[in-house]
Amino acid sequence: MNFKFALFFGLTVAIATPALAQKAVEAPGGKYAKDAEQMFRASFKAENPKYWMTRLEQDETMKTCQQYRDNPPRKVGEKLEKLNAATIRYPVDGKLIGDWKEGEKLAAVGTGGHIGFIQPDKAGRVRGGNCYACHELAKKEVAYGTIGPSLRNFGKIRGNSEENIKYVYDKIYNSNAFTACTNMPRFGLHNWVTPEQITHLVAFLIDPESPVNKD
Amino acid sequence: MIRRLMKTLVGAAVLVAFAGGVAAQDSKVADELAKYREALADGNPADLFEVKGESLWMEKRGPKNASLEQCDLGQGPGKLDGAYAALPKYFKDTGKVMDVESRLVHCMMTLQGFTLAEATKQWYSKPGKDSDIEALVTFIGAKSNGKPINVPATHPEEAKMAKMGEYIFFRRSGPQDFSCSICHGQEGKRIRLQDLGNLTTKEGAGFAMKTWPSYRVSQGTVWTMQRRLIDCMRQARWPEPNYLADSIIALETYLQKTATGTVMETPGIKR
Repeated sequence: MNFKFALFFGLTVAIATPALAQKAVEAPGGKYAKDAEQMFRASFKAENPKYWMTRLEQDETMKTCQQYRDNPPRKVGEKLEKLNAATIRYPVDGKLIGDWKEGEKLAAVGTGGHIGFIQPDKAGRVRGGNCYACHELAKKEVAYGTIGPSLRNFGKIRGNSEENIKYVYDKIYNSNAFTACTNMPRFGLHNWVTPEQITHLVAFLIDPESPVNKD
Repeated sequence: MIRRLMKTLVGAAVLVAFAGGVAAQDSKVADELAKYREALADGNPADLFEVKGESLWMEKRGPKNASLEQCDLGQGPGKLDGAYAALPKYFKDTGKVMDVESRLVHCMMTLQGFTLAEATKQWYSKPGKDSDIEALVTFIGAKSNGKPINVPATHPEEAKMAKMGEYIFFRRSGPQDFSCSICHGQEGKRIRLQDLGNLTTKEGAGFAMKTWPSYRVSQGTVWTMQRRLIDCMRQARWPEPNYLADSIIALETYLQKTATGTVMETPGIKR
Protein backbone atom coordinates (compact mmCIF):
# COMPACT_ATOMS: atom_id res chain seq x y z
CA MET A 1 0.00 0.00 0.00
CA ASN A 2 2.69 2.45 1.07
CA PHE A 3 4.87 1.31 -1.77
CA LYS A 4 2.11 1.94 -4.32
CA PHE A 5 1.53 5.35 -2.86
CA ALA A 6 5.23 6.14 -3.07
CA LEU A 7 5.26 5.03 -6.70
CA PHE A 8 2.26 7.16 -7.54
CA PHE A 9 3.72 10.12 -5.74
CA GLY A 10 7.03 9.57 -7.49
CA LEU A 11 5.42 9.68 -10.91
CA THR A 12 3.45 12.79 -10.07
CA VAL A 13 6.59 14.64 -9.00
CA ALA A 14 8.58 13.35 -11.99
CA ILE A 15 5.99 14.94 -14.28
CA ALA A 16 5.87 18.17 -12.30
CA THR A 17 9.65 18.61 -11.95
CA PRO A 18 10.58 20.16 -15.33
CA ALA A 19 8.37 23.15 -14.58
CA LEU A 20 10.32 23.81 -11.36
CA ALA A 21 13.71 23.63 -13.06
CA GLN A 22 13.16 27.05 -14.65
CA LYS A 23 13.46 29.01 -11.42
CA ALA A 24 16.88 29.99 -10.12
CA VAL A 25 17.46 27.97 -6.97
CA GLU A 26 19.35 29.21 -3.93
CA ALA A 27 22.68 27.50 -3.30
CA PRO A 28 22.39 24.95 -0.46
CA GLY A 29 23.12 26.50 2.93
CA GLY A 30 22.29 30.00 1.68
CA LYS A 31 24.15 32.65 3.67
CA TYR A 32 25.47 29.96 6.05
CA ALA A 33 27.37 28.02 3.38
CA LYS A 34 30.78 29.15 4.64
CA ASP A 35 29.93 28.38 8.26
CA ALA A 36 28.55 25.03 7.19
CA GLU A 37 31.73 24.07 5.35
CA GLN A 38 33.82 24.94 8.39
CA MET A 39 31.49 23.06 10.72
CA PHE A 40 31.39 20.02 8.43
CA ARG A 41 35.16 19.74 8.31
CA ALA A 42 35.48 20.20 12.06
CA SER A 43 33.06 17.31 12.63
CA PHE A 44 35.42 14.46 11.81
CA LYS A 45 37.32 12.38 14.34
CA ALA A 46 40.85 13.59 15.02
CA GLU A 47 42.00 9.97 14.60
CA ASN A 48 41.15 9.98 10.88
CA PRO A 49 44.51 9.81 9.06
CA LYS A 50 45.31 12.81 6.88
CA TYR A 51 45.04 10.82 3.66
CA TRP A 52 41.48 9.86 4.60
CA MET A 53 40.62 13.50 5.18
CA THR A 54 41.67 14.36 1.62
CA ARG A 55 38.47 12.61 0.56
CA LEU A 56 36.61 15.70 1.74
CA GLU A 57 38.34 17.94 -0.80
CA GLN A 58 36.09 19.21 -3.55
CA ASP A 59 37.31 19.88 -7.07
CA GLU A 60 35.66 22.53 -9.22
CA THR A 61 33.10 20.05 -10.55
CA MET A 62 31.99 18.94 -7.08
CA LYS A 63 31.77 22.50 -5.78
CA THR A 64 29.84 23.74 -8.78
CA CYS A 65 27.46 20.77 -8.78
CA GLN A 66 26.72 21.29 -5.09
CA GLN A 67 26.09 24.99 -5.66
CA TYR A 68 23.51 24.24 -8.38
CA ARG A 69 22.02 21.21 -6.60
CA ASP A 70 23.34 19.08 -9.48
CA ASN A 71 21.29 21.01 -12.00
CA PRO A 72 23.68 23.67 -13.41
CA PRO A 73 22.68 26.14 -16.13
CA ARG A 74 23.69 24.78 -19.56
CA LYS A 75 26.60 27.19 -19.98
CA VAL A 76 28.11 26.19 -16.65
CA GLY A 77 27.47 22.54 -17.45
CA GLU A 78 29.27 22.81 -20.79
CA LYS A 79 32.31 24.29 -19.11
CA LEU A 80 32.44 21.43 -16.61
CA GLU A 81 32.00 18.87 -19.37
CA LYS A 82 35.01 20.26 -21.26
CA LEU A 83 37.06 20.33 -18.09
CA ASN A 84 36.23 16.70 -17.35
CA ALA A 85 36.72 15.49 -20.92
CA ALA A 86 40.30 16.73 -20.70
CA THR A 87 41.05 14.35 -17.81
CA ILE A 88 40.44 11.09 -19.67
CA ARG A 89 43.45 8.78 -19.99
CA TYR A 90 43.71 5.57 -22.00
CA PRO A 91 45.49 2.23 -21.46
CA VAL A 92 49.05 2.21 -22.81
CA ASP A 93 48.28 -0.39 -25.49
CA GLY A 94 45.37 1.72 -26.69
CA LYS A 95 42.91 -1.19 -26.61
CA LEU A 96 39.60 0.00 -25.17
CA ILE A 97 37.65 -3.26 -25.09
CA GLY A 98 38.79 -6.08 -22.79
CA ASP A 99 37.36 -9.29 -21.33
CA TRP A 100 33.63 -9.29 -20.60
CA LYS A 101 34.01 -12.06 -18.02
CA GLU A 102 36.26 -9.83 -15.93
CA GLY A 103 33.84 -6.98 -16.48
CA GLU A 104 30.93 -9.09 -15.28
CA LYS A 105 32.72 -9.73 -11.98
CA LEU A 106 33.61 -6.06 -11.51
CA ALA A 107 30.06 -4.93 -12.25
CA ALA A 108 28.75 -6.91 -9.29
CA VAL A 109 31.32 -5.79 -6.70
CA GLY A 110 30.00 -3.11 -4.36
CA THR A 111 32.61 -3.34 -1.64
CA GLY A 112 35.90 -1.58 -1.19
CA GLY A 113 36.97 1.87 -0.17
CA HIS A 114 34.96 2.10 3.08
CA ILE A 115 37.03 3.83 5.75
CA GLY A 116 36.50 4.87 9.36
CA PHE A 117 36.70 2.88 12.59
CA ILE A 118 33.32 1.18 12.80
CA GLN A 119 33.06 -0.97 9.66
CA PRO A 120 36.01 -0.25 7.35
CA ASP A 121 36.95 -2.51 4.46
CA LYS A 122 40.12 -4.51 4.92
CA ALA A 123 43.06 -2.91 3.15
CA GLY A 124 43.33 -4.10 -0.43
CA ARG A 125 39.73 -5.34 -0.61
CA VAL A 126 38.75 -5.45 -4.27
CA ARG A 127 36.91 -2.40 -5.56
CA GLY A 128 34.46 -2.87 -8.37
CA GLY A 129 32.22 -0.74 -10.49
CA ASN A 130 29.14 -1.68 -8.42
CA CYS A 131 27.18 -1.13 -11.65
CA TYR A 132 24.18 -3.14 -10.45
CA ALA A 133 23.61 -0.70 -7.59
CA CYS A 134 22.16 1.69 -10.18
CA HIS A 135 21.76 -0.11 -13.54
CA GLU A 136 19.98 -3.14 -14.95
CA LEU A 137 22.52 -5.16 -16.96
CA ALA A 138 22.43 -8.96 -17.48
CA LYS A 139 18.93 -10.44 -17.40
CA LYS A 140 19.79 -13.02 -14.75
CA GLU A 141 20.68 -10.42 -12.13
CA VAL A 142 17.36 -9.21 -10.78
CA ALA A 143 18.76 -7.24 -7.84
CA TYR A 144 19.54 -4.09 -9.82
CA GLY A 145 18.97 -0.47 -8.90
CA THR A 146 17.22 2.24 -10.89
CA ILE A 147 19.23 5.40 -10.17
CA GLY A 148 20.76 5.08 -13.65
CA PRO A 149 19.09 3.93 -16.89
CA SER A 150 18.72 0.25 -17.80
CA LEU A 151 21.70 -0.97 -19.83
CA ARG A 152 20.24 -4.35 -20.71
CA ASN A 153 21.07 -5.23 -24.33
CA PHE A 154 23.23 -2.12 -24.49
CA GLY A 155 25.58 -3.57 -27.11
CA LYS A 156 22.75 -5.09 -29.09
CA ILE A 157 21.03 -1.73 -29.31
CA ARG A 158 24.02 0.59 -29.69
CA GLY A 159 26.37 -1.68 -31.60
CA ASN A 160 30.09 -2.35 -31.26
CA SER A 161 31.53 0.41 -33.44
CA GLU A 162 34.86 2.01 -32.49
CA GLU A 163 32.93 5.15 -31.73
CA ASN A 164 30.57 3.43 -29.30
CA ILE A 165 33.45 1.59 -27.61
CA LYS A 166 35.25 4.89 -27.04
CA TYR A 167 32.07 6.51 -25.79
CA VAL A 168 31.52 3.81 -23.16
CA TYR A 169 35.16 3.90 -22.06
CA ASP A 170 35.05 7.68 -21.73
CA LYS A 171 31.70 7.62 -19.93
CA ILE A 172 32.96 5.19 -17.29
CA TYR A 173 36.28 7.01 -16.96
CA ASN A 174 34.64 10.38 -16.48
CA SER A 175 30.85 10.54 -16.65
CA ASN A 176 30.90 14.31 -16.24
CA ALA A 177 32.55 14.70 -19.64
CA PHE A 178 29.07 14.06 -21.07
CA THR A 179 26.62 15.16 -18.39
CA ALA A 180 27.87 17.62 -15.81
CA CYS A 181 26.73 16.76 -12.28
CA THR A 182 25.32 13.35 -13.20
CA ASN A 183 24.80 10.94 -10.30
CA MET A 184 27.36 8.57 -11.82
CA PRO A 185 30.82 8.54 -10.22
CA ARG A 186 33.93 9.42 -12.23
CA PHE A 187 35.50 5.99 -11.91
CA GLY A 188 38.68 6.62 -13.88
CA LEU A 189 39.36 10.11 -12.65
CA HIS A 190 39.37 8.92 -9.03
CA ASN A 191 41.38 5.77 -9.84
CA TRP A 192 38.49 3.81 -8.37
CA VAL A 193 39.08 1.29 -11.15
CA THR A 194 42.10 1.13 -13.46
CA PRO A 195 42.01 1.91 -17.20
CA GLU A 196 42.43 -1.83 -17.82
CA GLN A 197 39.45 -2.66 -15.59
CA ILE A 198 37.41 -0.07 -17.48
CA THR A 199 38.13 -1.94 -20.73
CA HIS A 200 36.63 -5.07 -19.11
CA LEU A 201 33.52 -3.16 -18.13
CA VAL A 202 33.31 -1.83 -21.68
CA ALA A 203 33.41 -5.45 -22.93
CA PHE A 204 30.71 -6.47 -20.47
CA LEU A 205 28.44 -3.81 -21.98
CA ILE A 206 29.34 -4.18 -25.65
CA ASP A 207 30.67 -7.68 -26.43
CA PRO A 208 27.97 -9.68 -28.26
CA GLU A 209 28.91 -12.70 -26.11
CA SER A 210 28.34 -10.82 -22.84
CA PRO A 211 25.21 -11.78 -20.84
CA VAL A 212 24.18 -8.13 -21.13
CA ASN A 213 23.50 -8.76 -24.83
CA LYS A 214 22.74 -12.46 -24.78
CA ASP A 215 19.25 -13.11 -23.49
CA MET B 1 5.14 -6.42 29.91
CA ILE B 2 5.13 -10.25 29.86
CA ARG B 3 2.60 -10.09 27.04
CA ARG B 4 4.87 -7.75 25.12
CA LEU B 5 7.83 -10.03 25.61
CA MET B 6 5.79 -12.99 24.36
CA LYS B 7 4.82 -11.02 21.29
CA THR B 8 8.46 -10.16 20.73
CA LEU B 9 9.47 -13.81 20.92
CA VAL B 10 6.76 -14.75 18.40
CA GLY B 11 7.98 -11.85 16.29
CA ALA B 12 11.54 -13.12 16.40
CA ALA B 13 10.40 -16.53 15.15
CA VAL B 14 8.46 -14.93 12.30
CA LEU B 15 11.49 -12.81 11.51
CA VAL B 16 13.67 -15.88 11.03
CA ALA B 17 11.00 -17.51 8.86
CA PHE B 18 10.74 -14.48 6.60
CA ALA B 19 14.40 -13.57 6.39
CA GLY B 20 15.01 -16.33 3.83
CA GLY B 21 12.45 -14.99 1.39
CA VAL B 22 13.78 -11.45 1.18
CA ALA B 23 16.05 -12.01 -1.81
CA ALA B 24 13.16 -12.56 -4.26
CA GLN B 25 12.18 -10.26 -7.12
CA ASP B 26 11.56 -6.49 -7.11
CA SER B 27 7.89 -5.79 -6.44
CA LYS B 28 7.63 -9.16 -4.76
CA VAL B 29 10.30 -8.02 -2.36
CA ALA B 30 8.38 -4.89 -1.47
CA ASP B 31 5.29 -7.04 -0.79
CA GLU B 32 7.30 -9.51 1.26
CA LEU B 33 8.84 -6.70 3.26
CA ALA B 34 5.44 -5.13 3.87
CA LYS B 35 4.10 -8.49 5.09
CA TYR B 36 7.17 -9.01 7.18
CA ARG B 37 6.87 -5.61 8.81
CA GLU B 38 3.20 -6.25 9.47
CA ALA B 39 3.98 -9.60 11.05
CA LEU B 40 6.53 -7.91 13.27
CA ALA B 41 4.45 -4.89 14.17
CA ASP B 42 3.29 -6.67 17.32
CA GLY B 43 6.66 -8.09 18.17
CA ASN B 44 9.43 -5.72 17.18
CA PRO B 45 12.64 -6.80 18.96
CA ALA B 46 13.12 -3.08 19.65
CA ASP B 47 10.45 -3.52 22.36
CA LEU B 48 13.11 -5.21 24.47
CA PHE B 49 15.34 -2.13 24.08
CA GLU B 50 12.42 0.08 25.07
CA VAL B 51 11.78 -1.91 28.25
CA LYS B 52 15.46 -1.82 29.14
CA GLY B 53 15.63 1.90 28.37
CA GLU B 54 12.76 2.60 30.73
CA SER B 55 14.50 0.93 33.64
CA LEU B 56 17.78 2.69 32.79
CA TRP B 57 15.90 5.98 32.80
CA MET B 58 14.64 5.39 36.34
CA GLU B 59 17.71 3.70 37.78
CA LYS B 60 20.02 5.68 40.07
CA ARG B 61 23.42 5.54 38.41
CA GLY B 62 26.73 7.32 38.05
CA PRO B 63 28.96 9.15 40.53
CA LYS B 64 25.98 11.27 41.63
CA ASN B 65 23.78 8.19 42.09
CA ALA B 66 20.88 9.87 40.35
CA SER B 67 18.28 8.80 37.81
CA LEU B 68 17.55 10.56 34.53
CA GLU B 69 13.98 11.34 35.56
CA GLN B 70 14.71 15.07 35.84
CA CYS B 71 16.34 15.24 32.39
CA ASP B 72 14.94 18.08 30.27
CA LEU B 73 14.66 16.98 26.66
CA GLY B 74 13.08 20.25 25.63
CA GLN B 75 9.59 19.89 27.10
CA GLY B 76 10.63 20.51 30.72
CA PRO B 77 12.33 18.26 33.33
CA GLY B 78 11.05 14.69 33.09
CA LYS B 79 8.57 15.47 30.32
CA LEU B 80 9.03 12.83 27.66
CA ASP B 81 5.77 12.86 25.70
CA GLY B 82 6.49 14.21 22.24
CA ALA B 83 10.05 15.24 23.21
CA TYR B 84 11.77 13.09 20.58
CA ALA B 85 9.47 14.37 17.82
CA ALA B 86 10.45 17.96 18.65
CA LEU B 87 14.23 17.42 18.48
CA PRO B 88 16.76 18.74 17.50
CA LYS B 89 16.06 21.95 19.36
CA TYR B 90 17.92 24.99 20.71
CA PHE B 91 18.66 24.75 24.45
CA LYS B 92 19.28 27.93 26.39
CA ASP B 93 21.32 26.24 29.13
CA THR B 94 23.98 25.01 26.69
CA GLY B 95 23.49 27.63 23.97
CA LYS B 96 23.42 24.85 21.39
CA VAL B 97 21.07 23.05 19.05
CA MET B 98 20.99 19.50 20.42
CA ASP B 99 19.49 16.25 19.21
CA VAL B 100 18.07 13.52 21.43
CA GLU B 101 21.44 11.83 21.83
CA SER B 102 23.52 14.90 22.62
CA ARG B 103 20.85 16.02 25.10
CA LEU B 104 20.70 12.58 26.72
CA VAL B 105 24.47 12.54 27.09
CA HIS B 106 24.27 16.07 28.54
CA CYS B 107 21.84 14.74 31.17
CA MET B 108 24.05 11.74 31.94
CA MET B 109 26.89 14.17 32.59
CA THR B 110 25.03 16.87 34.53
CA LEU B 111 22.55 14.73 36.50
CA GLN B 112 24.48 11.50 36.96
CA GLY B 113 28.04 12.83 36.92
CA PHE B 114 29.40 10.68 34.11
CA THR B 115 32.24 12.10 32.01
CA LEU B 116 31.65 12.54 28.27
CA ALA B 117 33.95 9.59 27.61
CA GLU B 118 32.07 7.36 30.07
CA ALA B 119 28.67 8.38 28.76
CA THR B 120 29.54 7.81 25.10
CA LYS B 121 31.96 4.88 25.35
CA GLN B 122 29.37 2.36 24.21
CA TRP B 123 27.24 4.64 22.05
CA TYR B 124 26.42 1.75 19.74
CA SER B 125 26.33 -1.93 20.58
CA LYS B 126 28.85 -4.51 19.50
CA PRO B 127 28.32 -8.27 19.63
CA GLY B 128 28.04 -9.15 23.31
CA LYS B 129 28.24 -5.50 24.39
CA ASP B 130 24.89 -3.79 24.67
CA SER B 131 24.53 -0.04 24.42
CA ASP B 132 22.65 1.87 27.11
CA ILE B 133 22.24 4.76 24.69
CA GLU B 134 20.45 2.57 22.13
CA ALA B 135 18.04 1.39 24.85
CA LEU B 136 17.45 4.85 26.30
CA VAL B 137 16.87 6.44 22.89
CA THR B 138 14.41 3.67 21.96
CA PHE B 139 12.52 4.36 25.19
CA ILE B 140 12.54 8.14 24.65
CA GLY B 141 11.56 7.73 20.99
CA ALA B 142 8.61 5.50 21.83
CA LYS B 143 7.21 8.29 24.00
CA SER B 144 6.69 10.22 20.76
CA ASN B 145 4.88 7.41 18.98
CA GLY B 146 1.71 8.81 17.42
CA LYS B 147 2.91 12.41 17.79
CA PRO B 148 3.68 14.57 14.76
CA ILE B 149 7.30 15.48 14.10
CA ASN B 150 7.57 19.11 15.15
CA VAL B 151 10.83 20.84 14.24
CA PRO B 152 9.76 24.12 12.59
CA ALA B 153 13.28 25.49 13.29
CA THR B 154 11.97 28.95 14.10
CA HIS B 155 14.73 29.87 16.58
CA PRO B 156 17.54 31.56 14.61
CA GLU B 157 20.06 28.94 15.78
CA GLU B 158 17.73 26.13 14.68
CA ALA B 159 17.11 27.82 11.33
CA LYS B 160 20.86 28.15 10.83
CA MET B 161 21.40 24.49 11.74
CA ALA B 162 18.73 23.39 9.23
CA LYS B 163 20.39 25.44 6.48
CA MET B 164 23.78 24.00 7.33
CA GLY B 165 22.23 20.53 7.15
CA GLU B 166 20.94 21.35 3.70
CA TYR B 167 24.45 22.41 2.69
CA ILE B 168 25.88 19.06 3.81
CA PHE B 169 23.03 17.16 2.12
CA PHE B 170 24.11 18.49 -1.30
CA ARG B 171 27.86 18.54 -0.67
CA ARG B 172 29.68 16.27 -3.14
CA SER B 173 33.09 14.81 -2.39
CA GLY B 174 35.09 11.61 -2.14
CA PRO B 175 36.21 8.96 -4.61
CA GLN B 176 32.64 8.30 -5.76
CA ASP B 177 31.53 11.93 -6.10
CA PHE B 178 28.73 11.26 -3.62
CA SER B 179 26.40 13.52 -1.70
CA CYS B 180 23.30 12.52 0.26
CA SER B 181 21.28 13.92 -2.61
CA ILE B 182 22.70 11.47 -5.18
CA CYS B 183 20.64 8.65 -3.67
CA HIS B 184 18.04 10.61 -1.73
CA GLY B 185 17.16 13.55 -3.97
CA GLN B 186 14.87 11.84 -6.47
CA GLU B 187 11.54 10.04 -6.41
CA GLY B 188 10.94 6.34 -6.89
CA LYS B 189 14.54 5.12 -7.20
CA ARG B 190 16.20 1.99 -5.88
CA ILE B 191 19.76 1.00 -5.01
CA ARG B 192 19.90 -2.69 -5.84
CA LEU B 193 16.47 -3.70 -4.47
CA GLN B 194 16.38 -1.16 -1.68
CA ASP B 195 13.82 1.61 -2.15
CA LEU B 196 15.29 5.10 -1.71
CA GLY B 197 13.26 7.95 -0.28
CA ASN B 198 13.44 11.48 -1.60
CA LEU B 199 14.49 13.23 1.60
CA THR B 200 14.00 16.70 0.16
CA THR B 201 10.20 16.38 0.34
CA LYS B 202 7.93 16.21 3.38
CA GLU B 203 6.59 12.82 2.30
CA GLY B 204 10.02 11.32 1.71
CA ALA B 205 11.69 12.77 4.78
CA GLY B 206 8.60 11.95 6.86
CA PHE B 207 8.55 8.33 5.70
CA ALA B 208 12.22 8.04 6.63
CA MET B 209 12.28 9.92 9.92
CA LYS B 210 9.06 8.70 11.54
CA THR B 211 10.34 5.16 12.17
CA TRP B 212 13.62 5.97 13.94
CA PRO B 213 15.07 4.71 16.16
CA SER B 214 14.63 1.44 14.31
CA TYR B 215 15.50 -2.20 14.78
CA ARG B 216 17.85 -3.20 11.94
CA VAL B 217 17.32 -6.88 11.13
CA SER B 218 20.61 -7.06 9.21
CA GLN B 219 22.47 -5.59 12.19
CA GLY B 220 20.59 -7.36 14.97
CA THR B 221 20.19 -4.18 16.98
CA VAL B 222 18.49 -0.81 17.21
CA TRP B 223 20.11 2.00 15.29
CA THR B 224 19.76 5.59 16.45
CA MET B 225 19.69 8.47 13.95
CA GLN B 226 23.32 9.32 14.79
CA ARG B 227 24.31 5.77 13.92
CA ARG B 228 22.24 5.89 10.74
CA LEU B 229 23.81 9.10 9.49
CA ILE B 230 27.37 8.25 10.52
CA ASP B 231 26.97 5.06 8.49
CA CYS B 232 25.71 7.07 5.50
CA MET B 233 29.03 8.93 5.58
CA ARG B 234 30.87 5.61 5.70
CA GLN B 235 28.96 4.47 2.64
CA ALA B 236 29.84 7.71 0.89
CA ARG B 237 33.46 6.62 1.53
CA TRP B 238 34.10 9.64 3.71
CA PRO B 239 36.15 9.67 6.94
CA GLU B 240 34.30 9.03 10.19
CA PRO B 241 32.56 11.91 11.96
CA ASN B 242 32.60 12.24 15.74
CA TYR B 243 29.62 10.85 17.60
CA LEU B 244 27.29 13.81 18.34
CA ALA B 245 29.09 15.97 15.76
CA ASP B 246 27.36 19.18 14.73
CA SER B 247 27.30 18.04 11.11
CA ILE B 248 25.11 15.09 12.10
CA ILE B 249 22.84 17.28 14.23
CA ALA B 250 22.59 19.72 11.30
CA LEU B 251 21.50 16.94 8.94
CA GLU B 252 18.96 15.75 11.52
CA THR B 253 17.59 19.29 11.88
CA TYR B 254 17.27 19.63 8.09
CA LEU B 255 15.51 16.26 7.80
CA GLN B 256 13.22 16.74 10.81
CA LYS B 257 12.27 20.21 9.59
CA THR B 258 11.42 18.78 6.18
CA ALA B 259 9.49 15.92 7.82
CA THR B 260 7.59 18.16 10.23
CA GLY B 261 3.93 17.20 10.52
CA THR B 262 4.53 13.49 9.87
CA VAL B 263 3.19 11.24 12.63
CA MET B 264 5.87 9.16 14.39
CA GLU B 265 5.71 5.35 14.21
CA THR B 266 8.57 4.32 16.44
CA PRO B 267 10.40 2.10 17.19
CA GLY B 268 10.55 0.97 13.58
CA ILE B 269 11.85 -2.19 11.99
CA LYS B 270 14.01 -2.21 8.91
CA ARG B 271 16.12 -4.45 6.71
